[in-house]
Amino acid sequence: MRDTLSVLPLTVTDLVFEAGGRRLVDGIGFTLPQGGLTVLIGPNGSGKSLTLRLCHGLLTPHSGSISWAAADGIVSGVKRHAMVFQKPVMLRRSARANILHALAAFGLSRGERTARAAEALERFGLAGLADRPARLMSGGEQQRLAIARAWALRPQVLFLDEPTSQLDPGATRQIEEMLMALRGEGMTLVMATHDMGQARRLADRVLFLHRGHLGEDAEAATFFAGPASTEARAFIAGDLVW
Amino acid sequence: MDISQSFAAAIGLILGGDPAFLAIVGLSLTVTLSAVAIAAFIGLPLGALLALARFPGRGAVIVLVNALMGLPPVVAGLLVFLLLSRSGPLGPLGLLFTPTAMVLAQTLLVLPIVIAITRQLTEDLHGEYREHLASIGLTGRSAIPTLLWDGRFALATAILAGFGRASAEVGAVLIVGGNIAGYTRTMTTAIALETSKGDLPLALGLGIVLILLTLAINAVTYGASRVGARFAG
Repeated sequence: MRDTLSVLPLTVTDLVFEAGGRRLVDGIGFTLPQGGLTVLIGPNGSGKSLTLRLCHGLLTPHSGSISWAAADGIVSGVKRHAMVFQKPVMLRRSARANILHALAAFGLSRGERTARAAEALERFGLAGLADRPARLMSGGEQQRLAIARAWALRPQVLFLDEPTSQLDPGATRQIEEMLMALRGEGMTLVMATHDMGQARRLADRVLFLHRGHLGEDAEAATFFAGPASTEARAFIAGDLVW
Repeated sequence: MDISQSFAAAIGLILGGDPAFLAIVGLSLTVTLSAVAIAAFIGLPLGALLALARFPGRGAVIVLVNALMGLPPVVAGLLVFLLLSRSGPLGPLGLLFTPTAMVLAQTLLVLPIVIAITRQLTEDLHGEYREHLASIGLTGRSAIPTLLWDGRFALATAILAGFGRASAEVGAVLIVGGNIAGYTRTMTTAIALETSKGDLPLALGLGIVLILLTLAINAVTYGASRVGARFAG
């Protein structure tokens, strides 16, 4: 069963990313083991989204390394990590077709695509909306579809970039419940957020980013009980940090 | 014959189903639709490729293609004429003054429109889709089918614009077709000729058909954008 080979742990070392002559990610390093929900938290511009994109391979680091247990996080030709964006990218097709498209891009057979899409729609409560044009769905439905679409790809690791920052509290709670369920099933989640309440509700582990640096890497309970750095303390207290 | 009589005769021609009249309309449609089909077949992938590709001189290519949208039909006709004339590089094929030559000339007119509009639409759509497509492994050229399919309603407009241009032009088909009765005479060349000869009913009848065609194109364009809006939101 080569398919069960793990792409984790992910080891990120001395990650540096620059754009326009500015160093936006500066020497970030951490190890991601199997399981749990890791939250990347920090103010806007701290490098959370960039770090996720670098890990997912959407950006190429200036220096440093992103090393999966299997090369590029690919096992038997299948990419085992997926990503959900802040603003869900919805193709101009039905909800079902959005999922089928991603599955086709993964090279799955027609039968497998149909079965997985139906399963994903059912699981995320979208079966009734399957034939609705995705872009006409509400923001919460779109983000649920984005998660369903990513889930259908059977990723071992799911990166989420502020998935609820544009949603109302009800939709946010639905998404959070889904993420908790996915974590319960053993999926490894890495989520960027600047919502401290959300981090408290969901996080097992916190990576606090500040101006492109990794300020703190701690168990969630430890972090929220008393962060070691002044920046993190100020951030928790709701102060502006620069 | 005064103008109202000419109109009446023109309507009679349209409704009467005169074989010579229908042959002219038929040839026009065949030539233009062939040209549009060929231009779409080449122009859609080429436009998408131009949208995604990054190479030195890309900006110049885009400006050139955009400029060619305004290529005067007579110049396109002249170029194809030189290409196909007996001493030209494709002279031995003997295509000058055939419907094939007319298709070639109109393809030259429609192609820049299809490429330019496809390039713009695909580039905008790619800006929106890029990260998701890269996330599921569709980078570079492998993104093109998705982009063309999702842009299908907007791209239909590009193709209809090309059809509009080709069906209305007279210069290119006149130069390379020669306006030979029953062989290369199209609606526009016939109008030009019959008007100068004073046969107003035929010219008017063909003119009315051309205008109806333009109306139909715009109705379809409007319909396509409405259907597209239902999917695109």
